[in-house]
This record gives sequence, structure tokens and C-alpha cells, in this order.
Amino acid sequence: MNAPAYNFAYLDEQTKRMIRRAILKAIAIPGYQVPFASREMPMPYGWGTGGVQVTAAILGPADVLKVIDQGSDDTTNAISIRKFFAKTAGVATTTATEDATVIQTRHRIPETALSENQVLVYQVPIPEPLRFLEPRETETRRMHALAEYGLMHVKLYEDIARFGHIATAYAYPVKVNARYVMDPSPTPKFDNPKMDNCPALQLFGAGREKRIYAIPPYTQVVSLDFDDHPFEPYRFNAPCALCAAEDSYLDEIVTDDKGGRMFVCSDTDYCESRQAAGHHGSLSAAPYKEKAQGGING
Amino acid sequence: MVDQAALENDQPLLVATSISKSFGRIAACRDVSFALYPGEVLAIVGESGSGKSTLLQLLSGQLAASAGHVSYRMRDGVARDLASLGEAERRFLYRTDWGFVHQDPAQGLRMAVSAGANVGERLMAVGWNHYGRIRETASDWLTRVEIDTARIDDAPRTYSGGMRQRLQIARNLVTEPRLVFMDEPTGGLDVSVQARLLDLLRSLVAELQLAVIIVTHDLAVARLLSHRVMVMKGGRVIETGLTDQVLDDPREPYTQLLVSSILPP
Ligand SMILES: Nc1ncnc2c1ncn2[C@@H]1O[C@H](COP(=O)(O)OP(=O)(O)O)[C@@H](O)[C@H]1O
Ligand SMILES: [Mg+2]
Ligand SMILES: [Zn+2]
Repeated sequence: MNAPAYNFAYLDEQTKRMIRRAILKAIAIPGYQVPFASREMPMPYGWGTGGVQVTAAILGPADVLKVIDQGSDDTTNAISIRKFFAKTAGVATTTATEDATVIQTRHRIPETALSENQVLVYQVPIPEPLRFLEPRETETRRMHALAEYGLMHVKLYEDIARFGHIATAYAYPVKVNARYVMDPSPTPKFDNPKMDNCPALQLFGAGREKRIYAIPPYTQVVSLDFDDHPFEPYRFNAPCALCAAEDSYLDEIVTDDKGGRMFVCSDTDYCESRQAAGHHGSLSAAPYKEKAQGGING
Repeated sequence: MVDQAALENDQPLLVATSISKSFGRIAACRDVSFALYPGEVLAIVGESGSGKSTLLQLLSGQLAASAGHVSYRMRDGVARDLASLGEAERRFLYRTDWGFVHQDPAQGLRMAVSAGANVGERLMAVGWNHYGRIRETASDWLTRVEIDTARIDDAPRTYSGGMRQRLQIARNLVTEPRLVFMDEPTGGLDVSVQARLLDLLRSLVAELQLAVIIVTHDLAVARLLSHRVMVMKGGRVIETGLTDQVLDDPREPYTQLLVSSILPP
């Protein structure tokens, strides 16, 4: 075949160096949003071009890539990104969390504990946690610079005043390394504790907003809360219907049009591994893939 | 009225020394000097365009003076030149020991956030971390500014003009500032609503021993609230003195004009 018309992992070396400089700066200042010159990627913004650029910049030929979307390796988005790097970088890909060296994610952190030789790359749509209440960028930058974060608690206050509890379930704000308040991207707050003191490097890329930020390995990450309304990671109170896991984040899946529903692990790799290891839930006799996929996509 | 003995014994809270500000060729504020004492209410009056708002912004550190300086005696008793404060210090001062009540409540409030959070914001900014206590304090303040606490979870965009101003006041006073700046706080309100707001301000100022610098083109506001008046014209202070003296017996022809045209005989 002809030599590919693009560089390793699609981006040219100069662009990758620019992104790596932004990544290094982000690692040096945990939780701080570093501007970078985001490039056009051959996919729409909604597909996580920020994450894709970060992955492209850190990927080496020996890496093993896993891509998840809402915990699943098999959505169109996850498959496309995985194929993109398999084609442009020729790297090996996997769905097994423990086999991956780079994991690009949208919305979830894998249930399997991450290790020091792994990097988790998040696709971020809106990197600025203060924007909800303060739309002026000049002002939010100043707030970060001066660590003026009262406004974050205003948002949590509003939640409690309205719903009786902190209703924010996704993109729940955290303070990184006791300094910068950060938006963990639209991951469920269930995953927030996994960010704390994590052995893996965590990188966040926002393509449209041209920002990169990072949590270096073993960094303190604290979810904001009130003394009388402490942070609580939310999970449906049920075991996974397929693998009986009681510790995993669950998706609620509608099974028919008569109100039937089941709860299954959002992390498909975790769920399948558990089933393969002999764990069975109440519905595990059903063919898992078809049923779950039908529920999610159908 | 001001207790003169107490004032003389005290150190000034804020001192302006020959401050000036030009916008290009417009000298909006020229060579203004005065001292403000704790608990004192100073009204800055004058016709539109005379430089009142510019002076207020200079005094509150929102504008840098072209010449001169402003010093403020911090809570630790040390007088500091505003220009020498770091941005973090200045902003901290601004949301603790100072208040600023704007004519337009949208500038001073978060219109889409509940009244409780509007009042609680300063507390959260200084590290209060107990929802119940923040809410209780906000609720107390709503009561003090005569807002029904049943409205605590409503956003100010659902409030009337008068309520918005009272909410703005509560939001500022919750940290018990020693000095509050006000720029035409009753402007744009109906006369009856104005009267109620003025009564409220008057009693809060007395009760909390607040120092206030209030800009108004309405001499009735100055008469009701202030101990002392500064009359501005073309960026200069042309007359200053005790409120009753200046308004009842103005020396300057310009002040005489102001008084006669606005106050009923
Ligand atoms: N930001 C600005 N740029 C240029 N000119 C200004 C600015 N602010 C005020 N001025 C001018 O300075 C003068 C004083 O204005 P201002 O302090 O707003 O008066 P007042 O509050 O008494 O109505 C006016 O001539 C006004 O046009
Ligand atoms: Mg004005
Ligand atoms: Zn499962």
C-alpha cells in the first residue's frame, strides 16, 4: 500500500510538540487550565477533539489504546476514535482496562483501578467550572488566579435550596492539590473519588475551548461540599443485573415499553470480565451484548 | 447627628488627598481632598456629569487616579494607600469591609441566583462552609431589609425594583462592612418606594454605625441620610460642610441654584 499521507497519530510533529508543552505545563500546575492552539481534527467537536489531540500528542508506537464512551468500548464514537488511531498510528487497541497504557474516555473512569503505567485522557466539552455563574472569562481567570472560589459554593447552595440536597450529579466540581477548582468533565460524581490519589496520570482536553488541564499521579482531589451536606458519590441502589457487582456505576436500561428496566454496569469491560470470571446477576442468562446494546442504542 | 467629640477622638477611616482623574481632555475629577470618619455619612451631590460617580470609583479603588491618593484604615488599624494594595487584598476588602450599592441592581446582584445565595455569597467567599448557618444568616438579613423570608429561594429577577435594592443592601451588609459606597441607590424608583428605602437605609446606618459615601443628585436624599455634604461642579468640590448648613444656608451661588431648584421652599 501507499505510505500514509499523514504523520504518526495524524498530527504533525510541531503541533504535537506544542500540545506536549501545554500538557507539561498542565502537569506542573495541577488543575490549572492551560490554553493551547487546538487544531481541526477530521471529526466533529462533539466527538472529543480535545481528547483526541492529547492522545495523539502522547501516543507512542508501543502504546496500547482503549477508548470508552459512557463506559462502553462499543459506541460509534469509541469505535471511531479507536479505529482512527489504529489506522493513523498503527497502535494496538484493547477493550481490557488493565492491558491499556492510554485510555481515552468520555464520561467515565473505568471501575478497574488504574496503575502508574497508564494515562487517562478525558474528552472535555466545557472546562470552566465557574462559567455557570460567571460568564465573563476575564473574571473567571481572575478568580482562579486569586483562588476566589466562593462562587462554586453558591452553585452548590442553589442545588440544596432547590432540591434539598446537592443535586449536581455530573461535572461535580473538585479542588485539585488544594489549589485550583476544576471541572472533572461530565463524568458522574460517582467517579470523583477515583480521581483522588490516582496512580495514573489524568489529562483533560477541551478542543473547542482550547484548554488542557491535568491531575498528576497521586494528587489530592477533593469534591467540594458543605459541612452539613457532605459529598456523596451517587449510585443506584441495586446490584448489576448481569454480573451482580455492587460497587460499579450502573446505567438504567429500559427493557420494554411497559416500564420494564434493569440496572447494568456502565463499564462494559468490567461487567464482561466479571461475568467471564463466573459472577452472575439476575438476568445474566440473557445474551448480554444484544440486550445491553439494544437498550443503549435502540 | 454626628457626635463631634467621638469623631475628633477617632482616626479617619478614609482619606483622599488631592485626587484627580482625566479621561483624555475631560478632567472628570480635580484635586479632591477630604477625610471620612467611622460612622460618618457623606453625600456627594451635584448635577449630572459633575464627576460624582468618577469620584466614587476613585475612592473605592475601582478606578486608578491620575494624581493624588486614597488611603483606608484597615481592620487592623493600619492606614494603607489603596494603590499599594495587591489585587487579592483589594478584592478581599471589597467583599468584606466594604460594600457597594449600585443604582442598577443588575450590577450588584446575581439576577439568576436565589436571594439566599445572593446574600450568602460573601459568607461563602470568606470560607463559611455550613449550609444551614449560611441560610439562617441570609434569612436574618432578608428580615432586616424587610423582605419576606418566603422569597428566599426566588431570584431577584422576580423581585420589584425596591426589593432588589433592599436585597443589594443585605448582600453587602452581611459581612458587616465598615464602609459602604452607594451610587444613586434610590435612582429609578417610585417616590413612595424611595421613601421606604431611605427610611430603611437610615435606620441600618445608625444601627450598624456604618460609614457611607453616597452619590446622589437628589438633595432630599442627602438631607435625609447624610451628616456632611460635598457639592461638585465640573469635577471640583466647590462647597462642603454639615448637611443642614450647606442645604439651608449655601454659600456658593451654584449650590444656591441647586438647592432652590430641587428642594421645595
Ligand atoms: N469612562 C469614561 N470615559 C470618558 N469619559 C468619562 C468616563 N466616565 C466619565 N466620564 C466623563 O467624566 C465626566 C464626569 O462623569 P461622572 O463621574 O459619571 O458624573 P456624574 O456621576 O456626576 O454624573 C463626564 O463628563 C463624563 O462624560
Ligand atoms: Mg453618576
Ligand atoms: Zn455488571
